[in-house]
Amino acid sequence: MTTQDTAPDIAPRKSFLAANPSVLWFLGALGLFTLCVSVLAEGFGLPVLSTSMVKILGMTLCLCLIAVAMDVVWGYCGILSLGHFAFFGLGGYAIGMWLMYARTEGIVIDSFENAPIPPTQTEITDAIATQIFGVVGSNDLPALWVFAHSLPLQLAMVVLVPGLLALVFGWLAFRSRVTGVYLSILTQAMTLALSLYLFQNDTGLRGNNGLSGLQNIPGLLDVPQSTLALWFFWASALALGLGYLLFAWLVSGKFGSVIRGIRDNEARVRFLGYHVEHYKLLIFTLTAIVSGLAGALYYPQAGIINPAEIAPIASIYLAVWVAIGGRGRLYGAVIGAAVVSLASSWFTGGGAPNVDLGFYVINWTDWWLVLLGLGFVAVTLFFPRGIGGLFDYLVRAK
Amino acid sequence: MRFTALFARVIAIAILFACSVVWRPGDAVAQESLQSVLLPHKAELSDPSRRTIGPVIASLLASDHPAISDFLRKWEAREVYQRPGDGLFFYAEDTGESLTLIDIDTGEAMGQVGSREVDQIKPNAGVRREVAAALVPFELNAPDPARRAEALEAIARSADASQIAPLAASIDSEPDADLKARKHRLLALLTAQFGADKADRLAAIDALSGDTSIEARSVLNQLTARRDAVAQTVPENANIARVLMVGSDITPPEAHDRLVANELAPPRQTATDLRDVLAQHIVDGRVGGVPLHRLNTVENRAIAYEALEAAGTVPPRAAEDEVARAVAAYVFYEEYREPDPDITNAAEAALTATSRMLGIYQTLDLLLDGVSLASIFFLAAIGLAITFGVMGVINMAHGEFIMMGAYTGYVVQLFVPDYTLSLLIALPLAFAVTFGAGVTMERLVIRHLYKRPLETLLATFGISIALQQLAKNIFGTQARPLTAPDWLGGAITLNDIVGISTIRVAIFVLALIFLALLLYILKRTRLGLEVRAVTQNPGMAASMGINPDRINMLTFGLGSGIAGIAGVAIGLYAQVTSEMGANYIVQSFMTVVVGGVGNVWGTLAGASMIGFLQKGIEWFNPSNTLAAQTYMVLFVILFIQVRPKGIVALKGRAAGD
Amino acid sequence: MTTLLEVSGVSVTFDGFRAINNLSIQIAEPELRAVIGPNGAGKTTFMDIVTGKTRPDEGRVIWGEKSVSLLGMSESEIARAGIGRKFQKPTVFEDQTVRENLAMALKNKRGPFDVMFYRRTRHAASRIADIAQEIGLLEHLPRRAGELSHGQKQWLEIGMLLAQDPRLLLVDEPAAGMTPAEREHTTDLLKRAAKTRAVVVIEHDMEFVRRLGCKVTVLHEGSVLAEGSLDHVTKNQEVIDVYLGR
Repeated sequence: MTTQDTAPDIAPRKSFLAANPSVLWFLGALGLFTLCVSVLAEGFGLPVLSTSMVKILGMTLCLCLIAVAMDVVWGYCGILSLGHFAFFGLGGYAIGMWLMYARTEGIVIDSFENAPIPPTQTEITDAIATQIFGVVGSNDLPALWVFAHSLPLQLAMVVLVPGLLALVFGWLAFRSRVTGVYLSILTQAMTLALSLYLFQNDTGLRGNNGLSGLQNIPGLLDVPQSTLALWFFWASALALGLGYLLFAWLVSGKFGSVIRGIRDNEARVRFLGYHVEHYKLLIFTLTAIVSGLAGALYYPQAGIINPAEIAPIASIYLAVWVAIGGRGRLYGAVIGAAVVSLASSWFTGGGAPNVDLGFYVINWTDWWLVLLGLGFVAVTLFFPRGIGGLFDYLVRAK
Repeated sequence: MRFTALFARVIAIAILFACSVVWRPGDAVAQESLQSVLLPHKAELSDPSRRTIGPVIASLLASDHPAISDFLRKWEAREVYQRPGDGLFFYAEDTGESLTLIDIDTGEAMGQVGSREVDQIKPNAGVRREVAAALVPFELNAPDPARRAEALEAIARSADASQIAPLAASIDSEPDADLKARKHRLLALLTAQFGADKADRLAAIDALSGDTSIEARSVLNQLTARRDAVAQTVPENANIARVLMVGSDITPPEAHDRLVANELAPPRQTATDLRDVLAQHIVDGRVGGVPLHRLNTVENRAIAYEALEAAGTVPPRAAEDEVARAVAAYVFYEEYREPDPDITNAAEAALTATSRMLGIYQTLDLLLDGVSLASIFFLAAIGLAITFGVMGVINMAHGEFIMMGAYTGYVVQLFVPDYTLSLLIALPLAFAVTFGAGVTMERLVIRHLYKRPLETLLATFGISIALQQLAKNIFGTQARPLTAPDWLGGAITLNDIVGISTIRVAIFVLALIFLALLLYILKRTRLGLEVRAVTQNPGMAASMGINPDRINMLTFGLGSGIAGIAGVAIGLYAQVTSEMGANYIVQSFMTVVVGGVGNVWGTLAGASMIGFLQKGIEWFNPSNTLAAQTYMVLFVILFIQVRPKGIVALKGRAAGD
Repeated sequence: MTTLLEVSGVSVTFDGFRAINNLSIQIAEPELRAVIGPNGAGKTTFMDIVTGKTRPDEGRVIWGEKSVSLLGMSESEIARAGIGRKFQKPTVFEDQTVRENLAMALKNKRGPFDVMFYRRTRHAASRIADIAQEIGLLEHLPRRAGELSHGQKQWLEIGMLLAQDPRLLLVDEPAAGMTPAEREHTTDLLKRAAKTRAVVVIEHDMEFVRRLGCKVTVLHEGSVLAEGSLDHVTKNQEVIDVYLGR
């Protein structure tokens, strides 16, 4: 095993970006898009794009990021995880705890402003706990919230909680060689257990009330929402760009070769001497962390998170986006997530005009899911490569 | 006053007792008229008082007149009127403007009178209680069994010591076996509570041991009822249940609260009280010499208060050590309300035996619950197991087939109002509808995806969301009823604890039928043989002339059809909504995975395990179904670690490793 | 010649069926060995046991100079210890190029992070070129493996085995579905490989085995029926009865 050779290749080694022009194209498009949105946004001065529209676009970028992660774990490594949206939600909860705590702390301290005697630390904490947990009939701050006062610690939680959950779950699942459909069901069960857990009032995360008021950033309360929306949009774009770059680099080299090998023939990779479980675990955990980060950027823009967001169906939708966009190509995942989630809010938000058939009026709010479901069946049957597959035709046509 | 009433009652009872001994039901002798019986007591009856009415009732009852109890009952209910002129008593019917008088002896109408012409007799509440109490034992011997039963219930409702003797006396002459048993039982309960003789009481208590009925438990609980008490030393003559250790049985603040409640110690000062008091004594931005901005810690506030206390501005407060000292000076204990320790010991022993029986019955009940839940899971999952096992296809739309079955039942009930008939139509129709839907789906979608199992999962998911939304568009979002026929409406109960609703029994039977039917189809028919052949080796089966296409189609139809029938069954006890399928799909998956794929017995094992487990966890934490489900899912995840292939695993090469 | 692999007294049962029954085989290094036997004789199961895919019920499998037991090791550990395996059906990664297939097999550190930060080197490139030359796929390096012919896939898989640089090669029916010319090439490949390492070939085709010209082990009902040169075993009456006679 000592045959590793460090002598440089004589052939001019292409840089990573030069070898993968699609990454450059993508980053360019993303940059252009960010520029356009910034210039047109309300926060910048031109009121073409409303603040809520900027938020929707920023959230869409976060969804694109988790879709890229999903594509790596499913499209490249062959693990159809129906649990990545749970990691996304956990990231959101982790950052939401700090947002809610810090903001409530501000309110509570303000309310003590006129008190004759300054409050003790215990009084402040109790008041915060009552404010946050009054809705679930509790006055105590649960142990889960022990780090909620500190942004750096909660940011660490954004990474650690999804990461550790993925690590433990993945270790258990991969170790016992659960694969294919079984693994999908198992991840779905994990997601279900998590959402049921969060739905309970006494588990310390406010039950089905979830965490709310997350759009108010403590310390930045003077900054108008239109500006904040733009900042978060930029952060989301940056995260997507970096995430895309990371995963593109990961899947392009020999590592990508190995994980695609695992997808196509796990046993063969094992007989080549690779410890398949380690690779799967690494990919599963890494994508879970990225999902958590995407969630941590998403929910301050959404303003509210509740357990329904984590329900198993959300993770299935994630798989649907990736499948529609085209598996095994990162830009496909981005396209799928963007197209389907934007179309979804267009159709269900009343943006799409009703279709009058004479005997029946198709109201898209009611019929969008039927269309999506059947469209998805059609994509699976007739375009297994998804929308991204169209690029292949274009490239070949040239 | 109290003693007089008691005295009167004792006399009444004594007389009653005497007369009931000689009483023979059916002893119909010619009687003098009721009016004349009443005559001597005219004054007491028309203006009754609680002090004097006891002996009157006693002597009236002693007259043995057959209509006397009726009269007293009506008298008590303020339905008796007196004519001022002759002082005779009448019943009356109020006809609005006027009253129709009725002769109390013959029951004949005596003509109309104005409401002013007669006086309504209105015994007060105390008197009415006396009458009721006197009547109940009397009623125990009434000729009508229904009235005797009512009397028993009345005694059970408000039991006291005085009822023991008449009850005991009425037992021997009781002709009805059932009532006799009930009388015996009630007597035992009364004796246990109020018996005069200690040996009798102990025997009665002992007889109650292991009796799980609500009455028996409530008697035992009353006998062992405790009250919290506090004293400086444990009193010697008290019947002590247990002495509480401060710190382990009772927390020091609780103990102190008890002292405060008994006015043995001053109340503690809360943090809020302290703050308020300090706020009232701000002088030049300082409290007790401490600057305001430093009052943000408990320690500094205490310093400030002590300074105020030293200056005499505020009263001394119970500090921590004072609280501790006060608590240490007292003993805290629970004492029985019943003074006799022998009785309470016997009752505690009986209660222990009862709890044991209760535990056994509750376990039995839990098992029944588990069986019924397992049947539901089995019905919901077996169709999935068949398609998954035979074709390796995960059908995410399976839940929607369940929903389709339930809606089929609902639609049938719209047209066929007879619930039994509509159920008989709905079951096969639901099978037909979902069989058709399954076959259509297999032909149009699934057969193109046999090589890509993960994509079947996704495509069927697409169908699932489309079907769900379609159902919502057609039937609306509100729940639709699927009503069970009356003969399925009740419950089968063994005793107060063990019971199961008939509908769940029916579902269990349905599950059994399906188990038998599937086993028959798979093991005894040509179709089953071909299905098993395709499951084990599709290539080989095809070369033997079996058409795998046809088999797949039929299998898928069969699995879907069963889902439809399961839908009807589930709809009967849960409500029919467009999302009902989604509620069962994950459980069904887990059932299949835990049980082991491609095997009817495996599904049965999986359903039993998940059903019993869920009930078991709910039993530990009954308030929280969500938590039970969470733990269940976690358990399934861990179980897969131990047995990745499920409980009933295919072995060897067939497992397709 | 030292003993590289020692299988002794191994038995394995599937659902009551004894696939391997008290099997003992020794392989030396370097050595070329052919294993033959009728269907169900346990040839593939023997490979499964050595490579860790199947756990035997009893017996020992000892490896190398340090006499390590292979029984407690996972498939990938066994592969890293120096045992390469070629499956009956050609299993190459059809979605990837011939070069990627070989690069994945090339002997290097196998840990995820080693692979993640792996940098292509000239040495590795030339080694891949050498192997491609050897298996006759040099001009096919940039092609997707799925586009290769059946025989080429078989060679690619042998090439991947060679790239792993194992001490023991287990080759399951390498010549299946090949043209005579391809068979000849395959024979040469295996013979060359066996000069420096141990090669065990499972084969049905007697002509192919004869051309290998090596020691032959005949398996029957899960245990060794005869061992020796091909001529020696073909004269064995038992062998003729159970196998060749049919």
